Amino acid sequence: MTAVVDTPEQESWFHRNQQRIAPWLFLAPGLLFFMVYVIIPVFQSFNLSLYEWDGLGAAEYVGMRNYEDLYWEWVDRDAFYISLKNNLIWLVLYLAAIPAGLFIALFLNQTVWGIRLYKSLFFFPFVISQVVVGLVFTWFYDPTFGLLNEFLGLFGMGPLNVLGDERFVTYGIIFAGLWPQTAYCMILYLTGLNAVDPEQIEAGRLDGAKGGRMLWHIILPQLRPATFIAFVVTIIGALRSFDLISIMTQGGPFGSSRVLAYYMFEVALSEYGFRMGYGAAIAVILFLIMLCFIAYFLWSMYREEKGH
Amino acid sequence: MHSMFKRTAAALAASVALAAPAAAELTGELRIFLDTSNPAPRATMEAMIERFAAEHPGLEIETTVIDREAYKTQIRNFLTADTPDVATWYAANRMKPYVEAGLFEDVSDLWAEPEIADNLASTKGAMTIDGKQWGVPYTYYQWGVYYRKDIFDELGLTEPTTWEEELANCQKIVDSGRACYTIGTKFLWTAGGWFDYLNMRTNGFDFHNQLANGEISWEDDRVKQTFANWKQLIDMGAFIDNHQTYSWQEALPFMVNGEAAAYLMGNFAVAPLREAGLSDDQLDFYQFVAINPDVELAEDAPTDTFHIPANASNKEAAREFLRFAVSADEQTEINNGANLGQLPVNAQSAVDDDKFLQQGFTMLSSNSPGGVAQFWDRDAPAEMAKVSMEGFQEFMVKPDNADKILAKLERARERIYDN
Repeated sequence: MTAVVDTPEQESWFHRNQQRIAPWLFLAPGLLFFMVYVIIPVFQSFNLSLYEWDGLGAAEYVGMRNYEDLYWEWVDRDAFYISLKNNLIWLVLYLAAIPAGLFIALFLNQTVWGIRLYKSLFFFPFVISQVVVGLVFTWFYDPTFGLLNEFLGLFGMGPLNVLGDERFVTYGIIFAGLWPQTAYCMILYLTGLNAVDPEQIEAGRLDGAKGGRMLWHIILPQLRPATFIAFVVTIIGALRSFDLISIMTQGGPFGSSRVLAYYMFEVALSEYGFRMGYGAAIAVILFLIMLCFIAYFLWSMYREEKGH
Repeated sequence: MHSMFKRTAAALAASVALAAPAAAELTGELRIFLDTSNPAPRATMEAMIERFAAEHPGLEIETTVIDREAYKTQIRNFLTADTPDVATWYAANRMKPYVEAGLFEDVSDLWAEPEIADNLASTKGAMTIDGKQWGVPYTYYQWGVYYRKDIFDELGLTEPTTWEEELANCQKIVDSGRACYTIGTKFLWTAGGWFDYLNMRTNGFDFHNQLANGEISWEDDRVKQTFANWKQLIDMGAFIDNHQTYSWQEALPFMVNGEAAAYLMGNFAVAPLREAGLSDDQLDFYQFVAINPDVELAEDAPTDTFHIPANASNKEAAREFLRFAVSADEQTEINNGANLGQLPVNAQSAVDDDKFLQQGFTMLSSNSPGGVAQFWDRDAPAEMAKVSMEGFQEFMVKPDNADKILAKLERARERIYDN
C-alpha cells in the first residue's frame, strides 16, 4: 500500500482561481439565457432591418431602405408618424398613474376596520388580465349601449363614440390602461409608506409641518425608491402598450390608435403583414427610444449605488 | 380526442374493409390541418375525414383543427417546419406568398385528370398562379344583399336592380327612420366587400382586377367615380352610425332589431340571422344592383381550399384526399344545409334546397357574366389590401377626405407593386 502524498502546493487550477470563477459560474445560466433571448435577438433585429423578407422566401438585402420608408411615412404624416405621436401621448399621460397611485396609497394608508379589504379591492384591476380590462372598457365606451353615453346623456351631452373617433381613441385606451397601472403604483407606494420612518414624521410635526408641506418635505423624499420603481414600470408599460390596443381597436379606426409596438406587429406578423424587415426597423426605432430611458435608469441606479 | 377519433376511424375502416377491398392501397400517416374551427364546419370536416378513412384502412389519419384566426398566422410556421400533408387555405392572391416561397405543392397533375378538369373548371382560374394549380377548392359562397323583406313590404319597396332604384329605395328607408345598411368595419374587410361591388359595378370586373394587380392608379377618374357613387349612399345616411366600432357580428343586431334594412354580406350571415329569430319570410336576398349599364355583372364568391404543402411527407395519400374532397358526392354532402350550408364546387353535385343557396347558385351560374372575384383581401396583395381597406373605412366615416385617402393609396401602390 502506497502512502498518499499530500502536496498542497500542487493545487488544481480550479482551486487556485475558485474565488474568481465561482461568481461567473453562478452567473452563467442567467448570462446564457440573457444572451440567447435578449442580446443576440437585438443584434438580429438590427441585421434583419436591413433586409426585405416576407418570412417565407429568401431575404433580400436593401440597406437602409426600410428606414428611408419610415422617414417618408414620417414626412407624409402616415402610419409611422401617427404611431410615434401616439407613443409620446402614451408616455406623457401614462405617468398620471404615479400621482394617482400615490394619492390612493396615502388615502388607504390608515388603520380602520376592513382596510385590507379596501386595499385589495383597489388592487383588483391590476390582478385581472389586460384582455379583460380592454373588453370591459370597450363595452363601457360602446356608442349605442355603453355606460359612458348613458352617463353623458344625464347631462344632456354625447353621444360620444370614443373608440370610433380618431381624436379620442388614444386617450380612451390610455384611460383604460391607467386603471390597472394606477393600482400597480398604489401597491408600490403602500409598501413604501410602510417603511417611512415615524420618528422623522414626529420630528416634522414638532417643527410644525403638516399637510402638503409634510408630504413634500418629509414623506416624499423617503418614498424616492418607490417613485423610482413606479416611474420605471410606468414608462416601460407605456412603451409596450400593445394588448389594450389589440383588443380594443386593432389600431383603428383607420389606424389612428396605433403605437410603434402595434404597428410593428401589424406589418410583420398580423394577418396581412409580411414585411419582417420593416417590422424589424420599427422595432429598432422603438428600441432606441427605450434605450434612452434604460440608459437614464441605469445611470441613476449607478449613481445611487455609488452614493451609498 | 385524437386517439378516440383514430380508434373510431380504425373501427369504421375495419368494417368497410371486410365488405369491399379499397381501391388504392394507401399506407402510412396522413396529417391534416384544418382552420374550420366553428362547430358546424368542424363536425362536417371530421365526418368527411372519417368517410375517407373508411375507404383507406391502411392510412393512419391525424386531424388538427386550429382556430380560424390563429391559423392565418400559424400557417407560416407549419408550412416550413413540422408540416402536415394537407392544409386548408384560401384561393387567389391569398395563396401567392406561399406559392412564391415554394411552400405549396404544384397539383396541376390533379387538374389534368378529367374528373377534376371537367367538373371544377369554374374555379380553376382562382387556383392558378403562373399557369399552374396549387390546390383544390372545397366550398364557396355568394355575396349579395340580405334584406328584411317585412320592412321592404311595409314601405312598399321591391328588390332594386338599378342604381336609381337602389337610391330611391334607400331614401325611403332613411325617411322611415332606419338605416339602409348595417355594417361593422372594425376589422376592415367588410368595407372591402362594398368596394368590390361598387367598383365592379361602376368599372367592371377587368378594371377591378387590374386595380387589384396594381396596374391602375388609385387617382384615376374611374376609381374616383366609384368613390363618388359610394359617397352618394354615405351622404344620404345609408349606413349605420359608428360602424367603425363594430365587428360584422356586432352589426347583426341592427338588422335583427329592424334599425337597418339590409346587409351586404356573404352567405355565412344567414345562419346567425336565422338564429337571432328572423324567419325566412322576413329575410330575403337580392343581387347587388347594376350601376353602370355598360359593364357586365360580376360577383364576389370567396373560395376555401385544400393544399398540399411542399414539405408534406405523404403526398400520394394527400392527393387521394384532395380527389376525395372534390368528388361530386362528397361535395353534395359537405355543402348541404346541415353541414357547411354553402355551394359545392363540383358541377355534378347537387345544391341544397335552401332558398339562399339556390338563389346564390343561380346568380353565380347564370347572372354573373362579367366574372367571379374572390374578395378584395384575397385578390389584392396582402399589404395593399390592408392599406386600402383602412382607407375604405376612413372614407366611410369621412367621405370628404376622399382625395387625401386616394392619394395615400396611390403612394402605397407605387411602393407595394414596384418589387
